[in-house]
Formats: sequence, C-alpha cells, structure tokens
Amino acid sequence: MSANTPVIELRNVDKSFGPIDVLHEISLKVRAGEVLCLLGDNGAGKSTLIKTLAGVHAPTRGEILVDGKPTTFDGPRDAQDRGIATVHQFGGTYPLMSIGRNFFLGMEPTKGFGPFKVFDRKKANQIAVEEVQKMGITRITDGDRLVGGLSGGERQSLAIARAVYFGARVLILDEPTAALGVKQAAHVLRIVNEAKKRGLAVIFITHQVMHAMTVGDHFAVLIRGAIAADFRKGEKTREEITDLMAGGETMADLEASIDGFVESHDGHYPQAQAAE
Amino acid sequence: MTDSTANSTQKSGGFSLGSLFRRPEVGAFAGMMLVFIFFSYFGFDRNFLTPFGTSSWVNAASTIGIIAIPIGFLMIAGELDISIGAVVPAAKMTMAIACGFYGLPFVAGLLITFAIAGLIGWINGMLVTRTKVPSLIVTLATLFAVSGGTLFLSLLLTDTTSQALQSPAFAKFIFGDYHIWGFQSSVFWWIGLAGLLYYVLHYSPWGNWLFALGGDQESARNAGIPTEKLKIGLFMLASMAAALSGVCETVLSNSATTTTNFALIFNTIIAVVVGGVLLTGGFGTVAGIFFGTATLAIVQQGIGYTPFDRNLSSLIIGVMLLIAVLMNDSFRSMATNWASKKKE
Repeated sequence: MSANTPVIELRNVDKSFGPIDVLHEISLKVRAGEVLCLLGDNGAGKSTLIKTLAGVHAPTRGEILVDGKPTTFDGPRDAQDRGIATVHQFGGTYPLMSIGRNFFLGMEPTKGFGPFKVFDRKKANQIAVEEVQKMGITRITDGDRLVGGLSGGERQSLAIARAVYFGARVLILDEPTAALGVKQAAHVLRIVNEAKKRGLAVIFITHQVMHAMTVGDHFAVLIRGAIAADFRKGEKTREEITDLMAGGETMADLEASIDGFVESHDGHYPQAQAAE
Repeated sequence: MTDSTANSTQKSGGFSLGSLFRRPEVGAFAGMMLVFIFFSYFGFDRNFLTPFGTSSWVNAASTIGIIAIPIGFLMIAGELDISIGAVVPAAKMTMAIACGFYGLPFVAGLLITFAIAGLIGWINGMLVTRTKVPSLIVTLATLFAVSGGTLFLSLLLTDTTSQALQSPAFAKFIFGDYHIWGFQSSVFWWIGLAGLLYYVLHYSPWGNWLFALGGDQESARNAGIPTEKLKIGLFMLASMAAALSGVCETVLSNSATTTTNFALIFNTIIAVVVGGVLLTGGFGTVAGIFFGTATLAIVQQGIGYTPFDRNLSSLIIGVMLLIAVLMNDSFRSMATNWASKKKE
C-alpha cells in the first residue's frame, strides 16, 4: 500500500430507504494524516453518510474501498475492526458510568481464567486516564469518576482518545463541536489536530464553517444528499462556503432581502432569523 | 491560572459527590439498618431477633429477591417486566401438573418448567426489541395472556385450578425444605443468585454492557454491543428467575394454584427502587437491590412482631418508596446538572 492510497474511499455510493433516495453518487476519499470536512445543513444527508461509512447502513449502490480494496461491512463492529471509529455528537459516553468503564466499553480488559473473567478496573482506569491526558486533558486524574461530571469537550476528548487507543485509522467525528462553547470547541479542534498528527484519517462533520476551516485540509459540501462542491484548503473563502451550504442562495442575496424588508417595514427587522 | 484554580475546586466538589453517586447501596443499607433497628427495638419482646423471627423475614425476602435482582437488571437496562406475576403461578402449575398429575420425573418437570419460562421471556424480549412498544405494555399483555393460559390449560388438563405435588427427598432438600434456623432452601438460592449476578454486573464485562444499554442504547449498539440479544437474554433471565422462585414455593408447600400473584409485581419493583436503581435506567447495584429486598421483607414480616397494627406496614413501605424515589431523582438531577455544561 502506497502512502498515497486513501485509507477509505467511497465511489458513487447511493443509499435509499425504500422509495426515498437519501444519498446520490457520493464519491470521496481520505488519506492518512488528512482531515476531510463534510459540510452540510441539517437534512443534507450527513447522518446517513456517516452511518454508511460506519457500517450501520450498507450502500444501495456503489462501493466502499478500504486501503484501495472494495469492502462490505457486516455491521458497525466489523467497520470498527477495520479501524473505522465513529464519535457521535455527545461522544457516545454514558453519564452514569465511570471514565474507565466508558473508555473500554465493548473491549473490556479482563483478568482471570475460564468463564470467570473479571473486568480489570485498575488497568482500565489507568490506561483511560493516561490516554486522555496524552490528548491534553490533564484535569482527568481519577478513572473512577463518572462521565456525567465531565464537560462536553472532555467527553468528546474521552471518546476520541478511546477511538485512537483502539487502533482507529479513520476517525469519523459527527458534529463534535456543535453543542460546545467557544473554549470547549477549541479544545476539541486541538485534539482533532493531534489525531491528524498521529497519522489518522479524520472525517469531520460540521455545519460550523469556522471550525472546519481551522482544521480541514479538504472540504466537501453536501446538499440534499449529493456532493455540491469538493475543494482543498485555501481554494474558497468562508463566505463562499457558507453560501454553498445555504444551497446556492448567497448570503449577500439574503442580506439584501433582509434590508429590503427593513425598508418596507418602517425599519423593523423580520421576526424570524433568516440565516445565521 | 484562575482557570486551573476553578477547575481544582470544581473537581474536589465533584469527587465527593461522585463517590456518593457510585454507591447507591450505601443509602439502601442505611435504610435497611434503620428499619431493622426499629423493628428489633419494638419486636424484641416478641422474638423478632430469634432464629424463628429472623428466618420469617429472610424467607419472605428470598422469594421476592430471587426475582428482584433480574428485574433490577432489566430496569438498569431501561426495561420493566411485570409478567413475572403470571410466570410464577404458571411455573408452579407446570411443575405440579407434570410431576404431580402426569407423574413425570422431577428433573423432567424442571426442564419443562424452565423451558416454558424461558420461552415466555424470549417472547417478551422479542416483542420489546422488534416492536419498540414500551416493555410495561408488552409485559402487561403477557401477564394477562400467561395468566389466562395457565388457568385454561390447568382446567383443560386436570379439571382443577390447584394441584398437589409430592417431590422426592433430594428435590425437597434442594428446592423446598427448612434448613438450619428455619431458613428455606430458597434463601440459599437467593444468596447464590445474588453472588452470581453481583459478579455479572460488577465484575464481568457484561455488566458494562448492561449499564451502557440503559445509559444510551443507540451508542451502545454503535460500540458493537449486541443490544437486542442482551435485552432478550435479560427478559429470559427474569422469567426463569420467576420460575425458580415458583418451583421453590411449590416444592415447599407441596401444592400449586393458578392464582396470579399481583402483589409480587409491586414487591419486586419496590425492592429494586428502594435498592437505589434509577427508574430511567443506566444505574444500580446488586447489593442495593439485595438490601432493598431485605428492607421490604423486614417491614412486611416484622410488623407482626411489634405491638403496631399490621396494616401500618403498607403505610411504612409507601413512605419508604417515596423517599427512595426522591433520593434517586435528586441523584439523577445532580448528575444532569454536571453534564449540563455541554449545553444540550
């Protein structure tokens, strides 16, 4: 495998649920040490695309290539075994479980013999705390603490550290910064960079253009289930990307229409917010 | 640097609360000790503390406790099973009809009984996982279906609603006899099952899966946990535990009737909730359920050893349940407050 072979690639993937087509002709690729930002408004098909990449849905048509070889996933676990890890919006963490237990969920380290294997709490806690600290979260020191006590950013970081530790080569991040404050989001972005430095292929799903531009190398804009634009870093400005996401209607047009509204309504702004 | 100071104070506060959260059985144990001391004081003159008095509440606790722990597992996983109220008499009648009426060997009767209980649990689990109908409704339906089926089949096969059962000596010893201090065989089953399930929930990897299932089913499935199989297995475990409790009772009393045990449904749920299991799932301990069951039995049986009116036991249990739920709720809301920093 040459260094240039994409770790994961989709070729003309379609996905439909019964008569409803959700994805059309999606083609994208991500190489090791590269961050692909998938941008799209709500309902653009981002979730379906993630689930297809993560092995939850099988594509209706088209193929998925891992290391250049056509592959079909037998479910999320199979995709994970091939190094594809998905971290969802709230991190897939469980507030009432300890950090150590969260970290090793589904991959529990055990000690003992035969059928009476025991969950190795000490080892789990120790590794979990170490790995999270390596990601730059030094506040976490006790693996017995419940995850409900962590901030949103820390929960994201825990989930990302978990994926990295279990040998993920492709990291799919589903809106990791959407629910976070400015500082927490910056934290998560730093961890995305850290994962990239370690040679992971990252697929970063977001609708916040600023966050995407901070870490992305490669961008794809998804509109109504199809890729509307595909470009590399520096090829487009922030405004252009936002316009694309809004579905072609440019921000300038929207602003003009708001101005028109204000003029014709005695200086009152429209009640509903037209756009971000 | 102000940031790090803030963080460290926050951490120490969170730490002490966290260690409290992790041990809901501490509250359940305190509650149990409270009622135990109360009844010991008022029941001392009436032999509450004698072996006879002790075994009366321990025996009562064991018939509930064998079922309460698997029900607690289901509640941790975010589900409920009330069909056990019908599975117990169904198991009793199956045992009595198979061995008492048709004269099958005891072990054959056991196999048939547990197969039927397992099947009922499997149906519950399949219906809940496939239809996504709340488990309360699904098991309410199976409660009535199984109860009606038991009555119908008993009348069809034996023409009566109660049946005698004579068990061989070994079966008596294992399932239904009085042992040292008047403890029933079911007490040893209860303790054994509690030990086994304590290992499963707190030490085996499966326990982790169970908490995750109750915490966030979607994420648990994404993490590669076979959530549906696990749930079906839990329903089967609950049904088979109910069958075990029923078999113990039948062998002890040498008879079975078709009467649906509605009180048992409430008793198991009370035991689990008093034991500190969150109604919304994702949290609970075997030790807590164990203490909760003991608390319930002490109040129900202990009242007879005191000068108080028997009817007051339900009042006490009602108040206890309310206190337990309020404590559970504040546990959860405090945990949510922590997590609210993520601004959901």
